[in-house]
Amino acid sequence: MEIFWYIIIAIVLTVFFILDGYDFGTGIIHLFMAKEEKDKAVIAKAAGLFWDSNEVWLVAGGGLLFMAFPTFYASVFSGFYLPLILVLWLMIFRAIGLELRGQFDYPMWKSIWDKSFGVSSLLLALFFGIALGNVVRGVNLGGVENDISAYEAHYFFLPLWNAHFSPERTHPGVIDWFTVIIGVIAVVTLAIHGANWIRLKTNSSINEKLKTVIFRLSLVLVALTIFSLIVWHVIHPQPFGNFADKPLLIVFPLIYLAGIAGLFFTKSDRMKFGSSSLVIVGGITSSLASIFPMILPSTNDVNESLTIYNTSTTEYGMSVAVNWIIVGVLLGAVYMFIQKRLTAGKIDDMDYGH
Amino acid sequence: MEDMIFYDRLQFAFTITFHYLFPQLTMGLSLIIVYFKWQYLRTKTETYNDAAKFFMKIFAINFTMGVITGIPMEFQFGTNWAKFSELTGNIIGQTLAMEGTFSFFLESSFLALFIFGEKLMGQKLHLLTGFLVFLGSWASGYFILATNAWMQHPVGYEILANGQFVLTHFTALFSNPWLLPAFLHNQMASVVTSSFVVASIGAFYLLSQKNEEYGKLFLKTGILFGLVSSLLVAFPTGDWNAKNVVKYQPAAFAAMEGIFHTEDGGAEIVLIGQPNMVEKKLDNKIAVPNILSFLTYQEWDKQVKGMEEFDKSELPQNIPALYYSYHMMVGLGTIFIGVMALAAFLLWRKKLYSFAPLLWVIMFLFPFPYIANITGWYVAELGRQPYLVYGLLRTIDGISPTVSSGNTLFTLLGFVGLYLLLGLLFLLLVGKAIYAGPKPQTH
Repeated sequence: MEIFWYIIIAIVLTVFFILDGYDFGTGIIHLFMAKEEKDKAVIAKAAGLFWDSNEVWLVAGGGLLFMAFPTFYASVFSGFYLPLILVLWLMIFRAIGLELRGQFDYPMWKSIWDKSFGVSSLLLALFFGIALGNVVRGVNLGGVENDISAYEAHYFFLPLWNAHFSPERTHPGVIDWFTVIIGVIAVVTLAIHGANWIRLKTNSSINEKLKTVIFRLSLVLVALTIFSLIVWHVIHPQPFGNFADKPLLIVFPLIYLAGIAGLFFTKSDRMKFGSSSLVIVGGITSSLASIFPMILPSTNDVNESLTIYNTSTTEYGMSVAVNWIIVGVLLGAVYMFIQKRLTAGKIDDMDYGH
Repeated sequence: MEDMIFYDRLQFAFTITFHYLFPQLTMGLSLIIVYFKWQYLRTKTETYNDAAKFFMKIFAINFTMGVITGIPMEFQFGTNWAKFSELTGNIIGQTLAMEGTFSFFLESSFLALFIFGEKLMGQKLHLLTGFLVFLGSWASGYFILATNAWMQHPVGYEILANGQFVLTHFTALFSNPWLLPAFLHNQMASVVTSSFVVASIGAFYLLSQKNEEYGKLFLKTGILFGLVSSLLVAFPTGDWNAKNVVKYQPAAFAAMEGIFHTEDGGAEIVLIGQPNMVEKKLDNKIAVPNILSFLTYQEWDKQVKGMEEFDKSELPQNIPALYYSYHMMVGLGTIFIGVMALAAFLLWRKKLYSFAPLLWVIMFLFPFPYIANITGWYVAELGRQPYLVYGLLRTIDGISPTVSSGNTLFTLLGFVGLYLLLGLLFLLLVGKAIYAGPKPQTH
């Protein structure tokens, strides 16, 4: 039952990163690439029409996490207090940027909200990558000082960074050079994903240029991936142990590789978008698989790591929810299908009144 | 601990008050939009369709603001109320996750279709998408109130040795005796808010002599919905809720009504008075004898328990705030019924559109249903204190153990600044939409 819910939540959150991921990526591309007003408008629209229905997946994922793994939800949300509140504020800025830019026809008005959309998208992508880095690296659970747990076993409060900016074993901060690398990987991945989305959904004049950008960013992504695998040894005693023990898990890194290959070798815009989606799926699932069944490793020896077993709720609670989640996810998929069908095609060919 | 809990409560109160400005409008407005759209299909009068589209624009702005300010609510359960989340996640996680999965998906998917799908779908399907948006927004309210109802009156649970509340009867969550009255009362109150907004825009158009045809339609519709809903808020839904409070939270009821001492021979209803916490009495009281006993128990001389009967630790901590919130809600509700009845009478005598004084009143009355709704929410929440889960989990035991008050104060100030900006931008956008007015035909 724990595994079932873990998989459901992982799916919902991965869908969120695929869907809202292109909004973040669109924002990053928008920030650096869009120069003419016509491009800016159509690119902002390619994200702006969908962000709120994409964000539903985050809300649903958060709610399910709260329901199935309340102890995890409680300790992680209070432990990463400051970064999470910053993420909230950035999400607000990104959303209002998208909603407001088209409301008035003054260049200054538009440029303020373009920056708000672009910068917050970039920082959000970075923060989400850093978050994933933290989950893989683990945190000092229970605030251990001198081998004594300072709080109840699973409550912690992580500083933004420590003195050396390093993922040292017992006292890491939220931001260190390892998590920043993962953050940069996230930024590059989502930028590629967003660029693919723009090519798929718009007839923007920068689409030709984006082709080269995607190619170069894909090269950067390959280099960063290899580099991160090398430095992984530093923070993880047996980096590939989980994959050696449970060979089935290797399917996740393979998904990642397939996505990377797709970025280089597929031709159509649709296939390219599919490839960057695979990179996201593979990246998230491989990271989670590497620590499974832990969901937040402890960096000290006093407190045990958080796993899907010691943070989950009761059997009854989880099994009763199985009944409604199946209906819920099916309905959600149907709505999404209807919506995508009716909005298929290029944005600028359509008459959207927003 | 003391200032930790103070800032946590202040932050939650602030962010939820701001958030609740938006869903209370969208829930009621979605009903009125469906009505306009249905009237259009029935009568083929273009004005109705224009009205539906005009209010959908206002709806969309409010919905966006609701989403933007709603996500922090979900986060705060974990960030600021970690202990509460850990202890009750098994139960309220169900209802909150259902809200996300069932209603939020429905509302946001079909909102997008309603806004730009009219030409693609044809009129009947367009009405259907509007109806699904309405359904999604009301289902959202239902799940949120199911969550709150469990905190007010916990049912279907068991407490484990480690203090965790776990669900034992799923269906009990939705057959909670607290839920249905609270839901109906809340939904009717949001129809009040939206009908006052619709009527206010109508009055504005008539007084400013622009879009007068729409102005008349908005006014008429606003008054129709406003009269019915403001009556239903008071009776039976308000009455039904009050009886629940008496039954399940008698200490909160005594504080709401401002009854310090139990009187033999029936309790009086207090119309005006200021609670004096030092002398334990109401100053400057105007009251009508025996009415409260009758309203509560249908017996003129039945005893109503005063606050002295309860242990101090069981009483709500901020009695004046609770008392004033309750009296403001009730007082405003009464004014709404009066104004809407008068307007409906003049409408029937065909004198309303030219009776400027009342039009002015209707135009400026729209903020007050918001105030009434928010004070109503305060009554529920302040009344539940000092508990998070009534009678079982104290508020002080629900906060995050590792987040210091300085962090909460810092983020509270951040939210205040950000929401100030959001509020200004919101007013700008809605003002612009109202000024531009409904457009005949498309675009």
